[in-house]
Amino acid sequence: MSTDTPRGADLGPRRRILVVSAGLREPSSTRLLADRLSSAAVTSLSAQGIAADVEVVELREYAHDLADHLLTGFPNARLRPALDALGTADAVIAVTPIFNASYSGLFKTYFDLVEPDTLADRPVLLGATGGTGRHSLALEHALRPMFSYLHAVVVPTAVYAATEDWGVSGNGTGLVSRIDRAATELAALVATREPAAPADPFAGTASFEDLLRR
Amino acid sequence: MQFGIFTVGDVTTDPTNGRTPSERERIKAMLAIAEKAEEVGLDVAAFGEHHNPPFVPSSPTTMLAHVAARTEKLVLSTATTLITTNDPVKIAEDFAMLQHVADGRVDLMLGRGNTGPVYPWFGKDIRDGIDLAIENYHLLHRLWTEDVVDWEGKHRTPLRGFTSTPRPLDGVPPFVWHGSIRSPEIAEQAAYYGDGFFANHIFWPKEHTEKMVNFYRQRFEHYGHGSADQAIVGLGGQVFMRKNSQDAVREFRPYFDNAPVYGHGPSLEEFSAETPLTVGSPQQVIDRTLGFREYVGDYQRQLFLMDHAGLPLKTVLEQLDLLGEEVVPVLRKEFAAVRPAHVPDAPTHAGLLAARETTEVTA
Repeated sequence: MSTDTPRGADLGPRRRILVVSAGLREPSSTRLLADRLSSAAVTSLSAQGIAADVEVVELREYAHDLADHLLTGFPNARLRPALDALGTADAVIAVTPIFNASYSGLFKTYFDLVEPDTLADRPVLLGATGGTGRHSLALEHALRPMFSYLHAVVVPTAVYAATEDWGVSGNGTGLVSRIDRAATELAALVATREPAAPADPFAGTASFEDLLRR
Repeated sequence: MQFGIFTVGDVTTDPTNGRTPSERERIKAMLAIAEKAEEVGLDVAAFGEHHNPPFVPSSPTTMLAHVAARTEKLVLSTATTLITTNDPVKIAEDFAMLQHVADGRVDLMLGRGNTGPVYPWFGKDIRDGIDLAIENYHLLHRLWTEDVVDWEGKHRTPLRGFTSTPRPLDGVPPFVWHGSIRSPEIAEQAAYYGDGFFANHIFWPKEHTEKMVNFYRQRFEHYGHGSADQAIVGLGGQVFMRKNSQDAVREFRPYFDNAPVYGHGPSLEEFSAETPLTVGSPQQVIDRTLGFREYVGDYQRQLFLMDHAGLPLKTVLEQLDLLGEEVVPVLRKEFAAVRPAHVPDAPTHAGLLAARETTEVTA
C-alpha cells in the first residue's frame, strides 16, 4: 500500500467492484470502457483510503448459460457464481453496447435473471458504447430506469463512449473527465456504506406463528 | 422407505412420430400406470392437479378412487393438491371420502400451483399464494381434527357449527406432505404441524433441495416433533432406463430435447449433471438415487417421474418393470442397511392409527 493516501489504506476491509460487460467482440470497446471505469474507481477509492478488488463478468462467456436459465428456471453451475457475485459486490459497474436505442439483449437477460432485491441500495455506475454519440441518451432513458426499478443507487454521471471519443484529448469535458467524475461519485457512495454481505434466503423467514397471524 | 411414482398428467405430442394422445387416452394411461405401479411392487402412486391444457388431471380423487378399486396395497397420493385455489372444506371432504373408499390407503401432498391465471379462475390472486396456503391449511387441519368447527378467515366464507363429512377414517386424517420448490414458508409450515416435506427435486440443482430440506429438519426439531433426522422427507426423481445405458440415452434424447419444461435448452448431458435426472442403466439409477441421502439425510419417500414429455404408454410400462424389478429392490435393501433405528418410516394410516392407540393407552 502506498503511504501517501490521505487516511491510510488499511482502514477497514477491502471492497469488491463487480464489472459486468456485455461487449460481444474480442477485443471489445465495451470492455475497454469497463476497464477504464473500474480502474478509475479503484483510484478514487484508494484516495479515500479504501482498497478495492475488481472482478469482471464478461457476459459473452455466459450467453448460452443465460438462455438455459431462461428456459429451465435455474442457473447452472457455471453461471451461478456470475450471478451470485452481484450479491456480494460493494459496487457494480455495468456496461453495454447500445443496440436499437437501448441495452443489448444479452445485458438485459443477465439482469432479468438477478434475484429480486439483489441490487437494492447497491452503488452502480452505468456505461455504454456505440458507433456515434447520437445514442448516448439511451443510458438515461433505458439503463437508468431499469436500475431504478431494481432499487440500485445509480451515480448521477453515466458514461457513454462513441467511437470518436477514443481519439479525443483527455481534458475538459472529454471521455477521461467523464470517467473520473463518475468514478469519484461511485467511490463516495461506497465509502459511506458497510461492506456488502451475501443475503441468506432463509434468514428472513417468519416463524409460523407470525405467518398465521398475518 | 416408500417408493413410487408421481405424474404431472401432461398431454404431449410424441416427438418421435408426431402423435398426440387424446385426453381419454392419456387419462386411461395414467390409470394403467398407477395399476402397474402396484403390480411391480411399488408403494405409492401420486397424481398432479391441473386446470389448464395441456394437462388433464383436474379431479385427482376421481382417478385415485378408480385406482383404489383396482389395487390392494398401493398408497394413493397427489402431487400436488392445490391448497390455494381449492376450497379447504372440499379438500377435507374429498380426501376423507377417499380414505373410506380406499380403506385408508390415502395421503396427499399440498402445493400452491404456479400458474398465474388459475388463481383468478377460482376467484383468488397468486400474490396471496403463501397466505392462502397458510390459512387454507390451517382450516383443513381443523376440519379433520375437530368435529365441529367455528371459523373465520380472510379468504373464505366463515363457518359456524360446521362438520365436514365424512369424518376421517378411524378419526385419523390423511397424512399431509407439503411440497415446495423454493418457498421457506412452506417448509416452515410443514415443520410447524409435524407434517411431511416433499422436495420436488427434479428440474432443479440438488443444492436447492439440500437447503430446503435442512431448513425443514431444523424447524421440525424446533417445534418439538422429534430430532431433525426424524423429520419426514420425500424426494422426487426422474429417470429413464435401458439395460444398456447408450440405448437409454439414444431413446430418451428426442423426448428430452422437446420436453415442455426444459426442452430446447441445455443438453441432456448438461441437465443430467445439473439436476437429479438420470438416463442410463438400472445400476446408474441405483447409484444416483442412493446418493440422494448424502445431502438430505435418511428419508421416507422416493417418487419417480416416469411418464411425461410424450413417452408412449408401452415405454412407460417397460420403465416401471425395470424400476420394480431391478432398481427398487436394491434401493430398499441398501437404504435399509444404512438407516438408523430411530429414523421413522413414512407414516401410513395403519401406523398413525397404532400410534394414536398407543398414546391413548399411555395417557
